[in-house]
Amino acid sequence: MGQIELKQVTKSFGDVQVIPPLDLTIHDGEFTVFVGPSGCGKSTLLRLIAGLEDITTGHIEIDGKDATALVPAKRGLAMVFQSYALYPHMSVRKNIAFPLRMAKMDSAEIDKRVNAAASVLNLTDYLDRRPGQLSGGQRQRVAIGRAIVREPAAFLFDEPLSNLDAALRVGMRLEISELHKRLETTMVYVTHDQVEAMTMADKIVVLQAGVIEQVGTPLELYRAPRNTFVAGFIGSPRMNLIEGPEAAKHDAATIGVRPEHIDVVESGGQWQGTVGVAEHLGSDTFFHIHNTGLAETLTVRAIGDVSLQHGDTIHLNPRADEIHRFDAQGLRIAK
Amino acid sequence: MATKASRSAARVMMAPAVVLLLGWMLVPLIMTLWFSFTKYLPLRGDSIERGLDWVGFSNYSRFISSNAFWPSVQTTLIMVGGVLLITVVLGVLLAMLLDQPLWGQGVVRILVIAPFFVMPTVSALVWKNMLMDPVNGIFSHLWRFFGAEPVAWLQDASLTSIIMIASWQWLPFATLILLTAIQSLDSEQLEAAEMDGAPALKRFWFIVLPHLGRAITIVILIQTIFLLSIFAEIFVTTGGAFGTRTLTYLIFQRVIDSQNIGLGSAGGVYAIILANIVAIFLMRIVGKNLDA
Ligand SMILES: Nc1ncnc2c1ncn2[C@@H]1O[C@H](COP(=O)(O)OP(=O)(O)OP(=O)(O)O)[C@@H](O)[C@H]1O
Ligand SMILES: [Mg+2]
Repeated sequence: MGQIELKQVTKSFGDVQVIPPLDLTIHDGEFTVFVGPSGCGKSTLLRLIAGLEDITTGHIEIDGKDATALVPAKRGLAMVFQSYALYPHMSVRKNIAFPLRMAKMDSAEIDKRVNAAASVLNLTDYLDRRPGQLSGGQRQRVAIGRAIVREPAAFLFDEPLSNLDAALRVGMRLEISELHKRLETTMVYVTHDQVEAMTMADKIVVLQAGVIEQVGTPLELYRAPRNTFVAGFIGSPRMNLIEGPEAAKHDAATIGVRPEHIDVVESGGQWQGTVGVAEHLGSDTFFHIHNTGLAETLTVRAIGDVSLQHGDTIHLNPRADEIHRFDAQGLRIAK
Repeated sequence: MATKASRSAARVMMAPAVVLLLGWMLVPLIMTLWFSFTKYLPLRGDSIERGLDWVGFSNYSRFISSNAFWPSVQTTLIMVGGVLLITVVLGVLLAMLLDQPLWGQGVVRILVIAPFFVMPTVSALVWKNMLMDPVNGIFSHLWRFFGAEPVAWLQDASLTSIIMIASWQWLPFATLILLTAIQSLDSEQLEAAEMDGAPALKRFWFIVLPHLGRAITIVILIQTIFLLSIFAEIFVTTGGAFGTRTLTYLIFQRVIDSQNIGLGSAGGVYAIILANIVAIFLMRIVGKNLDA
């Protein structure tokens, strides 16, 4: 079990309100990702759930019981920190066993659980090392091991992969996803990397300045962003947002077209411009296009290797049914 | 210092300091060793110019067989141990207190450090006359206020008094070192322990204290060096009476009272041996904190 409900939760540091009243339900077994730009309050929200910060007003319920006043240890949640927060003077085994020792479990059971966690996380060979003698990825796994032995109601992750290099990050991303599939425990995961959010989440919560902009599955957010902020934040490369006369043609203040929804044509496209930078990835080519008269730069993804170079003129056709329309307040206009 | 050239350059540049330091240490050490094997009574006309008589180990056997020797070693160890215990325990507590955000933090920190700047002689005088005086001392007023019989500190609790004075002087040092160590503790570790279900006392025991291990080691080693040679505090307060005669003080008395430099030097060599035993002992217990 691990249903978490936030009801009218606010948080202020002194006079500054970081989280205005916020409601959110995280269902049991769900992989929920908080995503948003730096400083938007993701960590604060996670720490409120963990109990490491006091809520200014509002309620938190865990499994239907009011947990607002509970100390962190009593909430049955486990947290993985960005800095891993391993205990440097304890061996890996002792690190993983620490929460069990604190729970006064008997040592046979502790050994059993630690060994089980270590084998799941490929840490068996490192159990007697100190954290200082491990690589970043191994440390990350120890931190996760320390969280899973407690069999918590939910896991909280605060940017757990941001200290790892790109290749390791992709690997750990998969491992955490697999862990979630196997344990089927609620996970709340904070990141500012929208690729992590898209690939891992069952449900994404997009935050801006402490306000929830949209909640939904990755594809809901991709297909129907509620406003221009979500539209620009979800998807990589970013959606092209176009204002002015071109938008007016569609009865909107702003229109948005994703780079992958614009086709490059030989001639006679609706739009044209000059190629600024062309990024050739082999499988795709990303063009950054200037002088279109629509927006400062337009990003377009072409499938395969299209041989257009810097300075060439490019002809484009947006796919009419993939154009998102937004009103003057930036809110989505239904089709 | 990776290349050969930079290594030899380093050696050349370090040479003057090394030679100076060696001379600084070696000359007195060798002279002490030499005197300790001779009959050297300046009042009876012995002097270096006229040559000193070699007496072998007789100074050593005389010093060690004196009634005062073993009690003085014991006193020294009790005093050093007591001061270390008090300064480390109170130092850890004070450091944790000062680490909390509290009003007037800057001033409080300076106040805590202040005793370290007071000369040992002065602080001993202040303690003796202002605080511990059995008639007019602040303590005696306090005792009387609560209806108790004032304590003649420097007579009835003499070693305790010396330990208190020395602790007062060394507490700032311990606090300062431990404070910087506490401030370097990653707060996420404490939060992780909190989430793992460790209450405050266990967080202290399992997280804070191990983190402080290295700093505590340094405090103990440095303080031991200075505490073994405490002198002014004893000289000013009890003059070595009432069981406060440490080895250092005994050596001083031998040299001054009996004007016997040879005997005093032998005592000095014993002090060196004692210091080394203590150091080896300490390194064994706490030294493993220094590597890793
Ligand atoms: N202890 C604090 N005191 C005062 N303000 C704080 C405190 N902690 C966070 N804030 C403020 O709250 C806001 C949200 O911070 P938070 O750490 O939650 O951001 P974040 O979304 O996690 O950002 P990042 O992606 O950079 O980690 C920030 O504007 C920050 O300055
Ligand atoms: Mg953060």
